[in-house]
Amino acid sequence: MADITSKFTRSRSLPRVKWSQVVDHAILIAGALFMIVPLLMVLQTTTTSDIETMRHGPSLMIGTELDDNFRKAMFEASGFSGENSGMSMLMNSLILGIGFAVGKIVIGMMAAYAIVYFRLRFATMAFWLIFTTLLLPLEVRILPSYEITQKLGLLNTYTGLIVPLIASATATFFFRQFFRSVPEELVEAARIDGAGPVKFFIDVLVPLSQTMIAAMFIIMFVYGWNQYLWPTMVTTEESMYTLVRGIKQIVQVLEGNEIPQYGRANMLAIIAVIPPVAVVIFFQSWFVKGLTDSDK
Amino acid sequence: MAQVTLDAVRKIYPNGVEAVTPASFTIEDGEFVVLVGPSGCGKSTLLRMIAGLEEISEGDLSIGDRIVNDLDPADRDIAMVFQNYALYPHMTVRKNIGYGLKNRKTPKDVIEAKVQEAAAILNLTEYLDRKPAQLSGGQRQRVAMGRAIVRDPALFLFDEPLSNLDAKLRNQMRIEIKALQRRLGVTSIYVTHDQVEAMTMADRIIVLNGGKIEQIGTPSEIYHDPASTFVASFMGAPPMNLLAAEMIDRVLVFAGLSVPIWTTARGPVQLGIRPEDLRLDPEGPLQMEVDLVEELGAHRLLHGHIDDQRLTVHLSEDTPVQTGPMRLSCRVDNLCLFDPETGRRLVTALPDAAESPVEAQSETAW
Repeated sequence: MADITSKFTRSRSLPRVKWSQVVDHAILIAGALFMIVPLLMVLQTTTTSDIETMRHGPSLMIGTELDDNFRKAMFEASGFSGENSGMSMLMNSLILGIGFAVGKIVIGMMAAYAIVYFRLRFATMAFWLIFTTLLLPLEVRILPSYEITQKLGLLNTYTGLIVPLIASATATFFFRQFFRSVPEELVEAARIDGAGPVKFFIDVLVPLSQTMIAAMFIIMFVYGWNQYLWPTMVTTEESMYTLVRGIKQIVQVLEGNEIPQYGRANMLAIIAVIPPVAVVIFFQSWFVKGLTDSDK
Repeated sequence: MAQVTLDAVRKIYPNGVEAVTPASFTIEDGEFVVLVGPSGCGKSTLLRMIAGLEEISEGDLSIGDRIVNDLDPADRDIAMVFQNYALYPHMTVRKNIGYGLKNRKTPKDVIEAKVQEAAAILNLTEYLDRKPAQLSGGQRQRVAMGRAIVRDPALFLFDEPLSNLDAKLRNQMRIEIKALQRRLGVTSIYVTHDQVEAMTMADRIIVLNGGKIEQIGTPSEIYHDPASTFVASFMGAPPMNLLAAEMIDRVLVFAGLSVPIWTTARGPVQLGIRPEDLRLDPEGPLQMEVDLVEELGAHRLLHGHIDDQRLTVHLSEDTPVQTGPMRLSCRVDNLCLFDPETGRRLVTALPDAAESPVEAQSETAW
């Protein structure tokens, strides 16, 4: 009896607002706004002319200058040499991001493979040595790194931009953990099947690591894409500028008496945001698929 | 197809642990040999040394007419089936089976033909394009078998291949593996801790304990003539009853009975009787106190004690039983004697006719 009545009262009181839910949603909405409003503001300024932006600041008005700003941002050169259009900067950023991510994954996987699968002397010590380099980020070793890069004549080259950053304790660590979870019998079965170390790596380990590679690619691509300090150090030619760096440069150039090119700079900012977002979205769906397949 | 010979093969780990004491035996061409023992007895280590996955510390191993100590697993002409199947999860069944051939640079059409043939033998034809994750346990086990047979190796190695399957499937696969081995006639070494698998599948059983070979023999020899108390209690479910007894002047004295038996031992001995060798006999000389009756359908197990020694009796005839005192008898030639110190079997012989049952001497002494 008691049960029935309590159910009854509950169903009648259903329209009542649950305050905990309201609070939950308020927090979520506030968080979402906090993340997205700045982006929307940037997007808004790309649709109005610079004079408009200068006069009124950000507003709710959506202007008609989107095309024009996009054209200026992408195809018109800025700077002194006229070699760094949005297109070339986008290209440089992509090369840096992909080269950085792929390089780190390849080096990290191979290092982890050596540590986990081969009976090396001091393998554990080597691993922990690699691991402690996490405590030594680029900023700490930037002078010697720069000097070596410079002496090798790698300034203003993609090699100089990418290779000095490629050794990665993070990727090595993650791949090591992953390889250790691969069943021992798989290696043994491969040995009996006549697969040598190289074949085992390529035929078995790499395909098995797909999801791990995808995860690493997301992290490393975004990390590489957002690099600012190192590209600023090693590239002095404008044709080698990356997007992240180029945006800053536009503002610098236009600090004189002219009206700052807000539309153009903000358009570049939007363009700079898109590829990392795209990578995350693309690899995430892939990532989930890999996980739910539960192949391993 | 080949003969496998181990000559004092030994395994010592770098930390000084001796996992396998020098083992020597020969496995004949086409024979199915089962290595059986409790976990940690060195059976897997022995198998892995034969496979080449583990280095041989001392001794010589030959497969066919060549010594293979220093050969890679891939060059030993063997195939192995693992406990957890060890299938490549990202490859289809077809690729899994064909991978070993592909690595040996076999032409594509030959691989395809052999894979088809193996799949037909194992009823896997319709699953060739599936991934291992989409198969049941039994099917995965068959794929692992397929990977082994497709290469026509000289020697099959099985490392507890059935322990990941449920009981029903295990019985079925047991028969399938045995039948397949018969049909292909390939020399096989099979490791298991399950004495039923060992008894049913083996041509010969090798019982291992603590890295040492306890006994080598046919299932029937192992069962009826155990070489030690370890073998006696490890093989058979329920195991052999082991009871403390005494030899006084060529007479075995146990629970008020004296049975003349010829043996070299004097003093305390261990008396082994298989549970099914004991039978109900109202006139029997042994008095057992039954504590518990286990009904198993086809047969029944009586658990009880004589004095304070535990005893199990296996009854197949359909006589009514209940707990309480019960009289038993047993044929003297079914008794085994063991040295209580070493556990080794004592050589025994009956003084006169081998057929004299215990009851003939019943209630003579004490």
